[in-house]
Amino acid sequence: MRKTLLESLTRGPLTEPAPPPDQAALAELAQSVDRAARARLGRSLSIREVDAGSCNGCELEIHALSNAFYDLERLGLRFVASPRHADVLLVTGPVTKNMREALLRTYNATPDPKWVVAVGACAADGGVFAGSYAVAGGVKDVVPVDLHIRGCPPSPTELLKGLLAVLTSANEKAHGG
Amino acid sequence: MTMILPRTTVTEEDWLQAVDRLAAGKCTLLGLWGDDGCVHMALLTGSDIAVLTYVCKVGTYPSVGARHPAAIRLERAIGSLFGFEAVGSPDTRPWLDLGFWDVKRPLGAQKPAREPTPYTFLPAEGEALHQIPVGPVHAGIIEPGHFRFTANGEHVVRLEQRLGYVHKGIESLMRGASLEQAAKLAARTSGDSTAAYSLAFAQAVEAAVEVKVPPRAVYLRALMAELERLANHFGDIGAICNDASFALMHAQTGILRERTLRAAQACFGHRLMMDAVVPGGVARDIAADGPSAVAALVAEVRKVFPRLIELYDSTASLQDRTVTTGIAKPEYAKSFGAGGYVGRASGRDFDARRAPGYAPYTELSFEVPVLQDGDVNARVWIRIREVDESLKLIDQILERLPAGAIAVPVEANGGTREGLALIEAFRGDVLVYVRLGEDGRIERCHLRDASWFQWPLLEVAIEGNIVADFPLCNKSFNCSYSGHDL
Repeated sequence: MRKTLLESLTRGPLTEPAPPPDQAALAELAQSVDRAARARLGRSLSIREVDAGSCNGCELEIHALSNAFYDLERLGLRFVASPRHADVLLVTGPVTKNMREALLRTYNATPDPKWVVAVGACAADGGVFAGSYAVAGGVKDVVPVDLHIRGCPPSPTELLKGLLAVLTSANEKAHGG
Repeated sequence: MTMILPRTTVTEEDWLQAVDRLAAGKCTLLGLWGDDGCVHMALLTGSDIAVLTYVCKVGTYPSVGARHPAAIRLERAIGSLFGFEAVGSPDTRPWLDLGFWDVKRPLGAQKPAREPTPYTFLPAEGEALHQIPVGPVHAGIIEPGHFRFTANGEHVVRLEQRLGYVHKGIESLMRGASLEQAAKLAARTSGDSTAAYSLAFAQAVEAAVEVKVPPRAVYLRALMAELERLANHFGDIGAICNDASFALMHAQTGILRERTLRAAQACFGHRLMMDAVVPGGVARDIAADGPSAVAALVAEVRKVFPRLIELYDSTASLQDRTVTTGIAKPEYAKSFGAGGYVGRASGRDFDARRAPGYAPYTELSFEVPVLQDGDVNARVWIRIREVDESLKLIDQILERLPAGAIAVPVEANGGTREGLALIEAFRGDVLVYVRLGEDGRIERCHLRDASWFQWPLLEVAIEGNIVADFPLCNKSFNCSYSGHDL
């Protein structure tokens, strides 16, 4: 263990510079987030991830955000275990009929102000699963969505760009936007 | 393994004889699924696969689960999706159907759904017992499912799973789908095994239409499959240690996982290699600098990984958590036909790459690690040793990668065609059955994840362990929710 730890100390960090926030995402957010909310949340956001029917592909890339290369927490973003602690719901998957109620309950358990970010092609409109008897649709068909991050699955960099847009949007308005 | 189906329609007597053989442990249940007016059962004897069909003349068939518990959930799913009744089944509660759909029996004789009847969990009685309901929304970034624990103080007396939350109706979307659409659905059955599922679907289709895939595509597919296995095993080894609060390992294997995904991106243009395997071959050739990216990955893993294993093995506090925790007994692994690291950590010497076997593994050299202990530690060690084997396989694949075409056209060639494939995903064997109509579209496609025969073992493995060890046990199984729920 000692060798591994020492090497980590002497070697430069693997962490890569954060990408700039996504411009399109900033525009989408500008329409949806109210100013008071932005002012209150400032520079840090707590994220609760909800798999509402995903194939698990998006979850893998969301997990990757916490690895040494992307290190989400350095940017003021962290995952929390309960919707009660969350500012952002990060929702993946086509919403299955079997998860519809659970998603609604999670949304209702999240205190205001809150954002909903729909992650992945399926979360946008059901993706390849649209039209099934078991699928309710995209996330926006069940709860209001503030931002879509598309991709199948979106790469960690794309996820970061979107989440940083949420953060930037919160920050700008907090400081006299 | 792939085969053009010589499917046999059997009498009740023959069906029951097969059930006898299952119950006696003379063969292994590979799958049991519904179809138009009948049910199919796939059996593995040695390395031979047989598929039996029972025609449900009056909507019923003799229960397999009555004598062979591994079939119970499959029969419940057939009941919920097709409406066929397994006569004599010990458990007729619905499965996958949680009462939220507008239709009953969506794949069979549909009828409008009425108010759902309340679901009754299995009882556990005794003084001082209490229940802990968990899910479907869990605390971590994981898939949804419901766990109902009955505990006596800290000790789990009974765990019952209730799954189906991510049921997307994949098999209904498959009906009438073009090959291209169907391949996309197969690739999204379980995102962590996308390459394996695409491969299983492609091989089943290729078996059906009797197409031979070019050698270069066969080798590239295997490269993808091994990269996928590496990425998942790195992720799992770290996540298991993390659930024992040993975050250092999680951080280090997280780096290896990320490097693996980046190598996949460099080779095939997608980190998870989604839609890279298609019926007839592969969608794109390996990038010019792909082989060197993979070689660099292999070298890095060989440098770093042994040190991490030493760390795992020499950290007493970590071993204290993983050794003798969550034991899945070998007799259950055998009887359920549990595949992957779950089966191999509990003495079941089975790997679909070796037997029944499929190209190119039949011409490559690799070992299949098997342990007997069946605890969390054994499931970690199987993964560790499989990482080594995957590295060896990748060496051989890069060395021998044949030149030539990467795909051949796949077309319907008259009449109804059926094919079957059994592929070793990182988690265990995936079975795909496909039937193509005259127009080349899918008539029926059934995908059976390894998790079907692993989830039930988790229920047993956790018994007598403390509640706080559940995340550790669960992660060491890492069953798929999406692959199971379909």
